[in-house]
Amino acid sequence: MNDMTRVERAVDSKAIKIAANKVQVYYGDTHAIKDVDVQIEDKTVTAFIGPSGCGKSTFLRCLNRMNDTIDICRVEGDILLDGEDIYDKRVDPVQLRAKVGMVFQKPNPFPKSIYDNVAYGPRIHGLAKNKAELDEIVEKSLRRGAIWDEVKDRLDAPGTGLSGGQQQRLCIARAVATEPEVLLMDEPCSALDPIATAQVEELIDELRSRYSVVIVTHSMQQAARVSQKTAFFHLGNLVEFGETGQIFTNPEDPRTESYITGRIG
Amino acid sequence: MTDISQTLGSAPAAPSKHGSLFEKDARTKKRNAAESRFKMYGIAAIGIGLLMLIVLVTNIVTAGTGAFQQSFLELNVELKEDKLDKKGNRNIEDIKKVSTFGYAPLIAAAVEAEVQNLGIQTDLTPKEMGGILSKAAQAELRNYVIANPDEIGKTVSFRFLVNSRVDGYMKGRVTRGSIANDKSITVAQLDFVDQLRDAGVLYKAFNPDFIFGSDASDQRPEAAGIGVSMLGSLFMMFVVLALALPIGVAASIYLEEFAPQNRLTDIIEVNISNLAAVPSIVFGILGLAVFINYMHLPTSAPLVGGLVLTLMTLPTIIISTRASLKAVPPSIRDAALGVGASKMQAVFHHVLPLAAPGILTGTIIGLAQALGETAPLLLIGMVGFIASNPPDGLVAGFLSPNSAMPAQIYEWSKRADPAFYERAWGGIIILLIFLVTMNTIAVILRRRFERRW
Repeated sequence: MNDMTRVERAVDSKAIKIAANKVQVYYGDTHAIKDVDVQIEDKTVTAFIGPSGCGKSTFLRCLNRMNDTIDICRVEGDILLDGEDIYDKRVDPVQLRAKVGMVFQKPNPFPKSIYDNVAYGPRIHGLAKNKAELDEIVEKSLRRGAIWDEVKDRLDAPGTGLSGGQQQRLCIARAVATEPEVLLMDEPCSALDPIATAQVEELIDELRSRYSVVIVTHSMQQAARVSQKTAFFHLGNLVEFGETGQIFTNPEDPRTESYITGRIG
Repeated sequence: MTDISQTLGSAPAAPSKHGSLFEKDARTKKRNAAESRFKMYGIAAIGIGLLMLIVLVTNIVTAGTGAFQQSFLELNVELKEDKLDKKGNRNIEDIKKVSTFGYAPLIAAAVEAEVQNLGIQTDLTPKEMGGILSKAAQAELRNYVIANPDEIGKTVSFRFLVNSRVDGYMKGRVTRGSIANDKSITVAQLDFVDQLRDAGVLYKAFNPDFIFGSDASDQRPEAAGIGVSMLGSLFMMFVVLALALPIGVAASIYLEEFAPQNRLTDIIEVNISNLAAVPSIVFGILGLAVFINYMHLPTSAPLVGGLVLTLMTLPTIIISTRASLKAVPPSIRDAALGVGASKMQAVFHHVLPLAAPGILTGTIIGLAQALGETAPLLLIGMVGFIASNPPDGLVAGFLSPNSAMPAQIYEWSKRADPAFYERAWGGIIILLIFLVTMNTIAVILRRRFERRW
């Protein structure tokens, strides 16, 4: 918990990337997310914490409309990305997801080569005019995913043959290859060992310089280590949202305090 | 250290509540006994299954291998010009005017000449001597002459089929005792056969015509082959593959990946499962009513057979395709959607390639099932039709009347002459070879393309 001392990390007011207003999510009759208002800043790591089933993953999946694939899921309220409502009828979720990339809990590389894993996004979005450009994008993305040095000699090897931590960094590289503006991470380290976790966390800190990163995590230490802003969810409500240092050292809400001190959760 | 080990070794076992681990208690013994009993039942069940399989295979092989061998008589036939082409100008129309009946004397003369040549003593008349040959021999000779009119006037060596009784005698099915009431062959003719066999001109040999030839009428079992019905089956399989695979896969992808979950899709789903269990003869009646009576497609045509079998195979393909689509982990779909692929891109770029081995396996097994199906063909007239000529051309292959392998087998097994019985078993061997090959391909495809994720 030494990180708690890093209170005075640079938190200048930055542009708001995503603004959520009175967001409600229903799964059939279940009211999963209640009245969530949150503002996610650009070039910042925002962490969502909270006990299991509190709705933090559900809310994260609203931000790039991955919940559209679930038939019974219904979203109300506004979520604005750069001032545009992403649930507007005119918005094509496919275009949205190119702007808001996602990394999942379990590393899920395609059962193809490492190269094809990263090149897939740029290919379908037409980001490269020729092979040389595509090669360049793949290398740049793998470098940003901090995995280039480990795989540069075996780009033709299957992505599924890598270790868990490498797979997850490959998935991050795949997500950044489409040049997103926001990167959503749903418990990216929960399937990884401590060493791989440390590598991914370091990577997240680097990604902050380019993207707005939103990370869902079960580990409060991780939230404290990587994020500048933290949102605490409990039973579908956003209980508290603020500077990470503030939340962990001086929470306003008693529920937040009980959770971070381990009394509930 | 020694002290410790000694104390450990000699320490009296503490009286445990559960007793010693070295002795099994009654309950454990009982459980172990039940387990080994269950294993024995399993082994016995597998043993019985294997035994049945061995009996079946031995039975089929012993009864059917005879069909692949046939008895032949070698003869040198003089193609006399005064019989075959009286005008002598080799006009093909004139040559065609000589019917198969006109060729009988040539063959009888050839047998007589062969007998004299070999020095065989017999009291048989030339007609009786020629009687051991198949009725197909004259037609064979005529076809040869029409195909090669230039050979008229020469003496040509032929290998003629002998009739089914003589063939049966060579294979041991017919004996002197068994022909007591048989009008088509006499004991004297069998003696004559013995003499020819000893002379080496009458012998058993592999008969490719059984595999590649066409069916023959009731009178000539020795000339019947399964080749044309094999073509019929082949054309039907083309139709089934061309229709059932795309329709089945498209339907499954839509139902599995795109369709909303509601009452309508539930009803469709239940009905597909029900269709898979509908007896095949029902599809035959449906085919008769729709394709023949209503759409007026030709009867007995492989096209109609293929359409009926498509209806029958579709549920199988849809069910297996949906199962293999379901088996693709959702994380792959999430990954594709997460990088901004559309739903269709996710399905076609990632889900379908992973499901392909399962889909192929299901399709091949569906095809194998269709290949062996007889009942629906009964109703659209593909059973009982004598497929005597191979279809000329691709269109005729689909539209002209034909039979199918299982229908041909059924047809042979119905006929009176015991020589057909042997051919039915031979047909079963060929059909089984096809089915085993198809299933092996299915297994190999599944093994080869199976991916782990």
